[in-house]
Amino acid sequence: MGYVAVTGGQKAIEAADQLNLWYRLKDTEHSLETTDIEKQLRHLVDRVMSESGLYAPNYAALAIKQAEGDLCEAAFLMRAYRSTLERTYESLTIDPGRMRVIRRISSAFKDIPGGQILGPTMDYTHRLLNFSLNHENSAEMMNILREKVPDLKLSQPPVFQKVAKLLREQGLLFPPKSSGTLFDITRDKLSFPAPRSAKLQILARGETGAMTALAYSNMRSHIANHPTIGELRVGYAEVTIAYPLDASESICLGEIMITEVETINAFERDEQGEVKLRLGYGLTFGQNETKAIAMAILEQSLETEGPSPTQDEEFVLLHVDSIEANGFVSHLKLPHYITFQSKLDVLRQTQKIATATADKKRQINAQKEGQNDAGKAETNI
Amino acid sequence: MQAKLKQTYNYAFLDEGSKKEIRRATLKAVAIPGYQVPFASREMPIGRGWGTGGLQLTLSLIGDHDCLKVIDQGNDDSVNAISIKKLVQSCTQVKITTDSERATLIQTRHRIPEVPIRADQILVFQVPLPEPLRMVEAKERKTKQLHAEMDYSGIWLRLYEDIVKWGKVSIGADYPALAHKRYIFAPSPIPRYDLPKLHQADGLFLFGAGREKKIYAIPPHTDVEPLAFEDYPFEVEHFDGCSCRRCGSTDTFLDELYDETSGEKFYQCSDTGNCQKRQEMRQADL
Repeated sequence: MGYVAVTGGQKAIEAADQLNLWYRLKDTEHSLETTDIEKQLRHLVDRVMSESGLYAPNYAALAIKQAEGDLCEAAFLMRAYRSTLERTYESLTIDPGRMRVIRRISSAFKDIPGGQILGPTMDYTHRLLNFSLNHENSAEMMNILREKVPDLKLSQPPVFQKVAKLLREQGLLFPPKSSGTLFDITRDKLSFPAPRSAKLQILARGETGAMTALAYSNMRSHIANHPTIGELRVGYAEVTIAYPLDASESICLGEIMITEVETINAFERDEQGEVKLRLGYGLTFGQNETKAIAMAILEQSLETEGPSPTQDEEFVLLHVDSIEANGFVSHLKLPHYITFQSKLDVLRQTQKIATATADKKRQINAQKEGQNDAGKAETNI
Repeated sequence: MQAKLKQTYNYAFLDEGSKKEIRRATLKAVAIPGYQVPFASREMPIGRGWGTGGLQLTLSLIGDHDCLKVIDQGNDDSVNAISIKKLVQSCTQVKITTDSERATLIQTRHRIPEVPIRADQILVFQVPLPEPLRMVEAKERKTKQLHAEMDYSGIWLRLYEDIVKWGKVSIGADYPALAHKRYIFAPSPIPRYDLPKLHQADGLFLFGAGREKKIYAIPPHTDVEPLAFEDYPFEVEHFDGCSCRRCGSTDTFLDELYDETSGEKFYQCSDTGNCQKRQEMRQADL
């Protein structure tokens, strides 16, 4: 009879909460430190911040701990927390061109002003399990690393020019499409066609797996699309707000880590007959490179028209959100006794009609056969 | 957990600006019966698709003078109903009841209480899919236009095709209806049995779809007509000859259950609060 007919829902929930705690701690000697999660599971924290749309590494680490590593659940915890916070300020526009770069590559040009910086990446690391991590001596490792890792602040230029700027200066790029106004997806319900700012916001906090799959489908089958990464950069950007007493001055609130991707797509002809390239744009919190690339692909795909699902803005924008997709798919676990009862009722009524119709047909056929037999008998005589 | 919520979070969870925004959308919904008003739905601490639309309506309306009833499938003790009540209690001081007649605010999933809603009560529905035209048109942009132009030929055709194919309309719960001769709306997955209760009622019915970010309403004394043809009239679920095993009623919506040992089929009221009251009355009579 399941979990509705039985009374004691309250007790059941409390027991479930206790069991969660029990399963999290029963086989361990010490509870996970959230600082360990924050500092050592960097990509996990980045992903949760990115998909929740809340830049707060320590809260993300806490959410990961609380959710026992379930990423969707962790992003959800952050989102639910965020919706209780007042919006006190709006930041000034961040210019990623001025970010403190830790990694920066271009697949389009071998030589870019400032040079390519591979930075922290596993792209060229062989995917072999490193068993020595089982018994890592972090203090010893840090001593070695301290000597080897250069201080980036001293050794590189403070600002790297954007690759896109080069292309733009040469008149090879269309300016970005913009409606001029900034839509806020957390304050207004989206309507279609969606303004570009809304599309970018939804994609920026979309679920990594969903976006990668959609972008992959776009590259692989539906429309032969193989963009080139003009530039991918990861680094720290300052968040500033206008000084409340004097709007001409600004206050820096701190740095956030972001990944920015600009892809170069096929060239197009615009209404004036000009032929230029169009840039795809991806930006995420933290170091989320695949998601940022997927975002740039999807963003550009949505600017074009055609039969691919990734060119359908309702399809893409309404289905990439982790919290919404997970919530609705998992709601199937809730009881549906009433709707099912109602469906059963319709089914039974339909069966009655079907049986009655079949009976009627059989009767008519039998009558016909009877008449035929009678006819045959007569001719036989 | 409950003490912590009181310290860290605002009264009724949402910040006051958000609550005001939801109430504004609600007022608009009341002014245009059946019209789906978009609103910037907030992420709530329960699953998105688990009643967050209803919950946001409830939280935007609730005050300490209120008395709240929450049901899921008609049941006050369903885990989801309990979970929602627990959350509301942890960030307000409202009283909770299982008696629909004592409640000022009732949040529900999939049922309308058996006792009619009064003028001083509000019934809040949790809505999974607010767009009744979605079954015939996948695009939001299109359905919005169809509503604006009152072009409902698609859904009527769907009903007609059902009759041709199955001999009757095959929609179970969430049966579409016309609000005050203007907008077709989805009554949320309530059984057809409950749909006539919305017609010319005394109480206010609010519908909240959190994931789909829409609020709509059936205000008191509004015409609600289920879509049907003259020769194929609207039908509610059939419980011919069945009665509740607990309270003996023959005029309520019943859950179909199976006895664990004998496997025998039996029926029980889906509205547990009302069933409880009837049982008590029955005992008093004896």
